[in-house]
Amino acid sequence: MAITNGGSVDHATAKNRVVYSSFNLWSGFLFGLGFAAFVDESVFHQLLHWHHFYDKSTTDVGLVSDGIFHAFSWFATVGSLFMYANLRRRKGLWPKRWIGGAFLGAGSFQLYDGLIQHKVMKLHQIRYEVDLFMYDVVWNASALILMAVGVILVLQTRRTSTKAKAER
Amino acid sequence: MQHSAHTEQLAIEPLYMTMMLIGVLLYIAAVLRSNKKLRPWPWHRTVFWCAGIISIALSLEGPLAVQSHINFIAHMAGHLLLGMLAPLLIALAAPMTLVFRILSIPSARRLTRLLKSRPFFLLSHPVTAALLNIGGLYVLYTTDFYMAMHHNLFLEMLVHVHIFLAGYLFTVSIIYIDPIAHRFSFIYRAIVLMLALAAHGILAKYIYAHPPTGVPREEAEAGGMLMYYGGDAIDLILITILCYHWYRTSRPRMAGAGEIK
Repeated sequence: MAITNGGSVDHATAKNRVVYSSFNLWSGFLFGLGFAAFVDESVFHQLLHWHHFYDKSTTDVGLVSDGIFHAFSWFATVGSLFMYANLRRRKGLWPKRWIGGAFLGAGSFQLYDGLIQHKVMKLHQIRYEVDLFMYDVVWNASALILMAVGVILVLQTRRTSTKAKAER
Repeated sequence: MQHSAHTEQLAIEPLYMTMMLIGVLLYIAAVLRSNKKLRPWPWHRTVFWCAGIISIALSLEGPLAVQSHINFIAHMAGHLLLGMLAPLLIALAAPMTLVFRILSIPSARRLTRLLKSRPFFLLSHPVTAALLNIGGLYVLYTTDFYMAMHHNLFLEMLVHVHIFLAGYLFTVSIIYIDPIAHRFSFIYRAIVLMLALAAHGILAKYIYAHPPTGVPREEAEAGGMLMYYGGDAIDLILITILCYHWYRTSRPRMAGAGEIK
């Protein structure tokens, strides 16, 4: 694991990483979630105009879910960056674990958006006046890939964190 | 009706204008007085105050105010200025801190006692403030209140006062620029702010889909989107300030405390 986690980090940083292990994961997760929501908003709503602001088939619970998710992701983007700054200030940043969290967060948002919000709550579809099937498949498969990358990175860093604990 | 409301609007403008001017002069007088005794009042606070007053003025008089009677998009722009941007700027001007700097000690004590009283606590509670702020908007846009407001000048003034005061109350209950009697934890305020932002966005989309009585569909759609994204923009500033305050207070206390044992 020495290559991936920078075997060159000094002892204090290695210890801080373990102390702030879950803080790294959460900061990354929230950033990934916020970033995915931001891409969704700026690329699919504003630039491509594929997504619609409102769709007549939106259920009431969909409207509420969208409102809460939108607000939460807005908050998460800003909050996670301050958490990142806090980790750096405390010399506890663990880049690999943070990035793993970000992949996990982005994938989770993508999957929730693609399955629950688009399909169950019918908030809006990915694109209009096209055959949706392939779009849905690509959307949700990309979500699963993001999540898988995230899970691998997080598991890898967990192994070293337990090892570091054992060494202490 | 439209015409009479417009004439009344013109009649009320000098009153609004005078109040804004008095607001600016009072603040500057207080700054000058405070600077005689204490270290200089930060100039950027005065800038925030003037910008806040200008935001209020823009929403209450001039072309935007006239348009807002006949156009829902202009009305919504005015609402963002009066209910969100102006309260934020006024809060950043720290008016309560300035008041405490120029008051005599006995008067300052009396004011503190008032601010610590139970009614004030309930009013400035983040949840109460959020309900007054967002709840007021729901009443305005989902009932016939919006229509009634345009036919009654007194009602309209009341709505303006409420939108600004509720917006200010909410802002100061979330970000602590001025000293505050009852403080709530960062996470508590973060959750209230998030839910209020969500409710604001939900109402914006609701307006998009269900135009208030008397509002044409295209105007409701554009107005709803302006409310949604405009609210996001101003709330982004609130979120950043709140998170920055957290970042500042959670700094490592001791030298070398960067490495926690």
